Amino acid sequence: MTIFSLFVYIFIGVLVCVAYFHLSNFLLDFFTEKTSKKSINDSSIRVIIFIAPGFIVLLIFILYPVFETVRLSFYDKYGRDFVGISNYIWAIQNPEFKRAILNNLGWLLIVPTLSTFFGLVIANLADKLWWGTIAKSLIFMPMAISFVGAGVIWKFVYDYRGPGDQQIGFLNAIIVFLGYEPQAWLTIPLWNNLFLMAVMIWIQTGLAMVIFSAALRGVPKDMLEAARIDGANELKIFTSIIIPYLQQTILVIWTIITILVLKIFDIILALTNGMWQTDVLANLMYDWMFRGGGDSGRGSVFAIIIMIAVIPIMILNIYRHKEEQKI
Amino acid sequence: MKKSFFSSIVSQIILLIFVIVWIIPTFGLLISSFRDKDLLATSGWWTSLFTTEINEIYRTAGYESQFKENNNYIIKGNIFNTKTGKKIKSFGITSKNINEFLINEEAIFKDGSKIEISETGDYIWKSQIPFENKKGKRVFITASSPPKFTLNNYKEVLLNEGVGQAFINTLAVAIPSTVIPLIICSFFAYALSWMRFFGKDLLLATVIASLVVPLQMSLIPLLSLYNDISNLFNISSKSYPGVWMAHTGFGLASTTFLLRNFIKSLPHEMIEAARVDGANHYDIFKKIILPLSIPAFASVFILQFLWVWNDLLVGLVFLDQVPSEIIITAKLRELLGSRGENWEILTTGAFVSMTVPLLIFFLLQRYFIRGLVAGSVKG
Repeated sequence: MTIFSLFVYIFIGVLVCVAYFHLSNFLLDFFTEKTSKKSINDSSIRVIIFIAPGFIVLLIFILYPVFETVRLSFYDKYGRDFVGISNYIWAIQNPEFKRAILNNLGWLLIVPTLSTFFGLVIANLADKLWWGTIAKSLIFMPMAISFVGAGVIWKFVYDYRGPGDQQIGFLNAIIVFLGYEPQAWLTIPLWNNLFLMAVMIWIQTGLAMVIFSAALRGVPKDMLEAARIDGANELKIFTSIIIPYLQQTILVIWTIITILVLKIFDIILALTNGMWQTDVLANLMYDWMFRGGGDSGRGSVFAIIIMIAVIPIMILNIYRHKEEQKI
Repeated sequence: MKKSFFSSIVSQIILLIFVIVWIIPTFGLLISSFRDKDLLATSGWWTSLFTTEINEIYRTAGYESQFKENNNYIIKGNIFNTKTGKKIKSFGITSKNINEFLINEEAIFKDGSKIEISETGDYIWKSQIPFENKKGKRVFITASSPPKFTLNNYKEVLLNEGVGQAFINTLAVAIPSTVIPLIICSFFAYALSWMRFFGKDLLLATVIASLVVPLQMSLIPLLSLYNDISNLFNISSKSYPGVWMAHTGFGLASTTFLLRNFIKSLPHEMIEAARVDGANHYDIFKKIILPLSIPAFASVFILQFLWVWNDLLVGLVFLDQVPSEIIITAKLRELLGSRGENWEILTTGAFVSMTVPLLIFFLLQRYFIRGLVAGSVKG
């Protein structure tokens, strides 16, 4: 891919798409004008022109794969022979799967909770200070970075050198400075999960903060004033007015981050690749789908488990979105 | 009054701590990417911000450069060989006592020769008998080193490690993968908002239901579909158009959903008036909907573009991991495996991958946030 072919590729890719809509509509106009019947100008043909690409993509890339994945989960590793529910039984008995489920549960408990909490605290603090906008911007920045990029950033923070050497990882440098032994953070089972979660919290707090920041403007000013006059301190106002008032928003943010966490993959792949007992569902799925030739049956089982976990939260989220639209 | 002043100070301190904790990891990465690779491997990035004291070992020149002056054999030179900006404080000639002498003091070697070193590293080494060491003598120095940064890592990473190529590949993936769904979905969303046809409600429900499908569900079926197509036409199953379509598919439901919410909210009188005037749906779409939807398009565009740019999974599955196709996140992951200890390459590579998102972030933050707040439904 040279820069020249980059432009050619982009040009062709986009052109095909634009040309389709323009030409098809142009042709429709051309032929319907000849028959000179205004009423069929917007015949069902135009509906088809508008809908067809989206519908076909939806069909091929989402609807068909869902049914196909469900089918494959009942077939062997090449997708040829029907094997009943043995892939599911295998998954349930697999110790890796148990590990991944436990880790995912840990992620689910800790990451959404802490991200939401930090986001709320920061949004609340920043809104009152003159340099709050800058602070928010800096805390929000990790949102723009890829999970892999964030993985590199944090792997560098967690870097470990032997006790005699100069530590170049920031965390170990602090630990040594405080007089403790340096640690290879990512290889300590169970604890290492927390260090991986820290990366996700670091990213998602920005999202929570931004949404809270918007929601906080809706908190009635006179209510806060009244509380202050009555002598409530900031902490009291935060816990008894702001948190109850933002209940709905808290739930929204919590669901968004939960869905992201259920599908968390890149951070683990980049930092530990599931070693030292850090495996999660999405990484396990990737392993079984594509490593060593792949096993489409077992891989599909993990994909379905992820989907089953996501569905209730997603439904809650869409329902909430529809409610908002009504208002 | 005093109380609120106190609480404001506490707020400021807490927020400042948050900001510092949040910014330090990225800042460390940025600084490290500009550091010399040898220094990067031996000292923390924070040391590079200040003048630091370093201990180093150098060698004097060998006997070939000696000349005779007033019955003394002399070797002159600079201990660093190049200009470094380091300032020597003390030096030593044995490993047991590396700062035995201050600058401009005379140190005497075992063979009776004497050496004097100045602050800038210039030395004069005198002896009454001719020098015979080929390699010169070891000198231990303690010096203060000013902060020093270089662009060498960027040169290395962009040209020799293939990150520059991966960057271009990623653009070739990301731009069509953003524009194509945007075009398709805007028509789709328009039809779902303002056109009347059989099964419209069912179609809308299907789009919304698709939101819950994680893209992991689609990987294997799509890959085998791509393989079938590639066998049929004898082409590679992993290609740029393939990855564009995959991203279009995975972004379709959320993009359509967001755009429909926006297009539906436009005043319907406007559209009806245009219909009465005899405009067809394509004219309405071009002349009324498009101009009005620019802000919504901007948000959706940024959201989808960043999503594609930062994606790893789709790029791993639907593209070959070869230099002409590998995307930047996949490249970074590959480097994490193969160059795991070469932090100069990792930090620089990571920063290169972050340039585009950060640029968009700082220039278009408003649209990005608007898109994120609205677009929290991507499945």
